[in-house]
Amino acid sequence: MPEGQTLQVGFETQGETVIVSPQGEIGYSEATVFRTWLRKAHDSKSPRIIVDLAKVDYMNTPGVATLVESLQISKRSKTRLILCGMNEKVFAIFKIARLDTVFEICPNLAAAISKA
Amino acid sequence: MGGAVRKTIVGRPVLRLSTQEESSRGNGMNPVDSMKGAHVRMELLSSPVYTSGARDMVQAVTRRMGFAELDCSQIALAVDEALCNIMRHGYENKPDQPIWVGVWPVDEPGVPGGIRIVIEDVARQIEPEKIKGRELHDVKPGGLGVHVIKEVMDKVTYEKRPGGGMRLTMIKHQKPVPVGGSASDGCEGGKGCHA
Repeated sequence: MPEGQTLQVGFETQGETVIVSPQGEIGYSEATVFRTWLRKAHDSKSPRIIVDLAKVDYMNTPGVATLVESLQISKRSKTRLILCGMNEKVFAIFKIARLDTVFEICPNLAAAISKA
Repeated sequence: MGGAVRKTIVGRPVLRLSTQEESSRGNGMNPVDSMKGAHVRMELLSSPVYTSGARDMVQAVTRRMGFAELDCSQIALAVDEALCNIMRHGYENKPDQPIWVGVWPVDEPGVPGGIRIVIEDVARQIEPEKIKGRELHDVKPGGLGVHVIKEVMDKVTYEKRPGGGMRLTMIKHQKPVPVGGSASDGCEGGKGCHA
């Protein structure tokens, strides 16, 4: 793990869904690692990607930008991207950036998986 | 060095926290006169490794000042965003350039109490009016940091430092605590609270 990075990322395939589960902080340093995992999810060609943020303590705009980039790829490739499990403080940055209505957001992983 | 916290790699301080007393004495290392008198002053190098130190310091100070929990985390976020912008755009990812963070309480008659945070660098200068966030309806990666800073803080001023670099001054006033409430309101059941 590069110096100063605290991010670990889980990657799991359930049927036609890829679940990406980052754990730790997604700041300036970690956004690059996060982007790599999201690219891997897109490369899998799964029709649905769920990003479970339940174990993300902190995110700043480089982390958000990575998800915006992933959303753009999703739109181009007709992949469904769902974010879930955000804590109040992570959700707040999406609200500040007016992105809370741009992303499909679920309260938790179970709700995201059950979404048709 | 008194009560200062100092971490050194290869003989150079990478993260340094000093008290008002030490700041006012001056130590001959810091060229930033405007930081004198800061109640807390931090000096760090422009590596992303150290942004969390500055963020944690600001979060701890604002919490002890009595800001609501969500405000504490958002003020810390504003500092983090400012540092990221300096590192990325000002210093173009060079990890060994200096950044100074100073914190003062806002304690003026007729004005709600609060915090004033000043961040200075010696990075390339740009016209302050050119520093603005992107239009939010244009959904694309990047350009969100300045918007977040301006949204979260009550007053934000960018200016060129005499002699080089930029100075960012951010002020956040405390909201009155509702009757029967507490400063930690806004942190639902501890879920996601950033300790």
